[in-house]
Amino acid sequence: MEGMKKVPVREQEALVRAHNFDEVCYGYNMEEATEEAARCIQCKNPRCVKGCPVEIDIPGFIKKITEKDITGAADVIAEASALPAVCGRVCPQETQCEELCIRGVKGEPVSIGKLERFVADYCREQGYAPMKKEPDNGHRVAVIGSGPAGITCAGDLAKLGYKVTIFEALHEPGGVLTYGIPEFRLPKAGVVQPEIDNVRKLGVDIECNVVIGKSVTIDQLMDEEGYEAVFIGSGAGLPKFMGIPGENANGVFSANEFLTRNNLMKAYLDDYATPIFRGRRVVVVGGGNVAMDAARTALRLGAETYIVYRRSEAELPARVEEVEHAKQEGIIFRLLTNPTEIHTDEKGWVTGMTCVEMELGEPDESGRRRPVVKQGSEFTIEADAVIMALGTSPNPLIASTTKNLETDRWKCIVAREEDGQTSREGVFAGGDAVTGAATVILAMQAGRAAARGIHKYLTDTCTIA
Amino acid sequence: MYRILKAEKVADKIFLMVVEAPRVAEYCQPGQFLIVRNDEKGERIPLTICDYDRERKTVTIVFQIVGASTLMMSMLKAGDCFHDVVGPLGLASEFITDPIEEVRKRRYLFVAGGVGAAPVYPQVKWMHENGIDCDVIVGAKTKDLILLEEEMSRVAGNLYITTDDGSYKRKGMVTQVIQDLYDEGKRYDVCVAIGPMIMMKFVCLLTEKLGLPTIVSMNPIMVDGTGMCGACRVSVGGKTKFACVDGPEFDGHQIDWTQAMERQQLYRTEEGRAMLAAQEGATHHGGCGQCGGDR
Repeated sequence: MEGMKKVPVREQEALVRAHNFDEVCYGYNMEEATEEAARCIQCKNPRCVKGCPVEIDIPGFIKKITEKDITGAADVIAEASALPAVCGRVCPQETQCEELCIRGVKGEPVSIGKLERFVADYCREQGYAPMKKEPDNGHRVAVIGSGPAGITCAGDLAKLGYKVTIFEALHEPGGVLTYGIPEFRLPKAGVVQPEIDNVRKLGVDIECNVVIGKSVTIDQLMDEEGYEAVFIGSGAGLPKFMGIPGENANGVFSANEFLTRNNLMKAYLDDYATPIFRGRRVVVVGGGNVAMDAARTALRLGAETYIVYRRSEAELPARVEEVEHAKQEGIIFRLLTNPTEIHTDEKGWVTGMTCVEMELGEPDESGRRRPVVKQGSEFTIEADAVIMALGTSPNPLIASTTKNLETDRWKCIVAREEDGQTSREGVFAGGDAVTGAATVILAMQAGRAAARGIHKYLTDTCTIA
Repeated sequence: MYRILKAEKVADKIFLMVVEAPRVAEYCQPGQFLIVRNDEKGERIPLTICDYDRERKTVTIVFQIVGASTLMMSMLKAGDCFHDVVGPLGLASEFITDPIEEVRKRRYLFVAGGVGAAPVYPQVKWMHENGIDCDVIVGAKTKDLILLEEEMSRVAGNLYITTDDGSYKRKGMVTQVIQDLYDEGKRYDVCVAIGPMIMMKFVCLLTEKLGLPTIVSMNPIMVDGTGMCGACRVSVGGKTKFACVDGPEFDGHQIDWTQAMERQQLYRTEEGRAMLAAQEGATHHGGCGQCGGDR
């Protein structure tokens, strides 16, 4: 039936893109966007907005698209989000705004993510950036980390008139947007840098190569460098490994290492100096978005690539779109499978791994059915590289060097959800450093909440006009 | 940008640079390292901090050419800039945070092999500034590869210099000197050994026999240096540690040396060697050219 389905989005052909790092999805053009925007019925009480962690006025910006006022649409989005081109690409809309869209009850929901992306891409190409901000109020805030949480917090505070400096440990800003998510999902020069530049244009300074807790501590930033409040958005932390034999063999990498070499250090390009191991057969262990990114990267570097995951397809934590893309490109899924040992040759190089088959038993505390080992199901996969994509544990660098900063039993920083307040006065936190590894948009939500918290704190304590 | 104030060749393929890096110079301590990048396409090269001047906001680094990136680095002159310098990274040497009365009671022996003299120097200097004279052994393949002799002699208690080929001072490996000192009746409470992995391994084998606790500084392959990538995994006492955040200094008697040396070969595959910049050796510290890692 007419209008029941989304306007399809053009994508690079699967077997072609499996050999390059160009973006998979081409996005809508003006014609497609206005056609899709017309599917929005402009609910009076829009459910989609409730599904958006940063509460973008979704019907509002979509209406502007139907009027072909794309910069107007960008202004609406900018009220809530500093990173629309990023979110339009990497947000899990299917479990957020689009899941609640009334059109989804009978048919497909409005393609909100692709519309957001269209607005951001169109405005970037036209050289338009929403720049509404309050006059300077003379107060200084330090933001630690230039990932989604930090960028959002800094952008919101700059719009309120604060002088914000972001401290980034790596040599490029962007956090996971730069080192983690690959070019084929999120182009760096084309999409990430321009959105970060927009935040700079709001007056935010970004100082790279500063490792808070090492180069300088939070106490020093506040006592000696004159920052009145600090937001910690330092991200996820240290990669987890399984603790199985052979895990330190040559050819076993964390997904963080593999992706950082490829994305931040651009090892896939010949004129960059950083090396990367291009396996012949690569096994990625894990089922999240990071596992999909690592597998699809290994594939593009020329390897036959497997995903090994201990639960079934229904439990894959990755977005459905990423799983589908991975399958189309030729990633081989070995589900209900778990590695038990990595084999090496006499020089310590990976030759393969022993796995066991799993079956799903009773639900565990996460509500998912617990995978249990099938007796006698051991088998071997030959491989010359194994990539562990098992999540991360918090980096202790900041918590261990900041006085009176409380952490929980998982060593995550404790911060109040509504405003990011930590146990330390004037210090706020949000994103993966607080919650453990989550999504870009949840980090942005925390960055926004903390910006409001910092504004309230400084308004109350410093009587900002 | 991080300006190079001084760049000099101190031995064959070995260079010393003084670099403006205010945030590194302000709080760095002996035992810590930094990461540099030559240019916007360069790799991140970890190097131990050899010296620092808090007032002039500079740090001193020493490195050896072992691959394309360090070769490019060696061509930088005073007045040129590094694209990036980040640090200080890793933990300071244990004695920095131990109570000074405790440290004063211990007899320290420092052992430096090849470019390892660079990371050993600030530790000995720190000891000297705190009124502690330590015995120091500096070894290298040959006379021209003995580094920082003058600087070291100003801060060391007894300085023992040895060359493998006997071209200068004593003849033999650093392990021979340790054995000689013990044969003479000298005893120590802590040994700090820094240099090529093979040298640190053999020092540890000897000091284990001598019952001398030994700290080594590991220089594994690294990317970010902040704990994020896990490339720098080292097995210490059967547990996996990240050299960048748990180290770089560890109990040398607990290290799985075979694994550590295998891991240094990661980007040295036959087919990749020509293309991939060598990453081991003089990056960080160590890499005297004796261990075969650069051949």
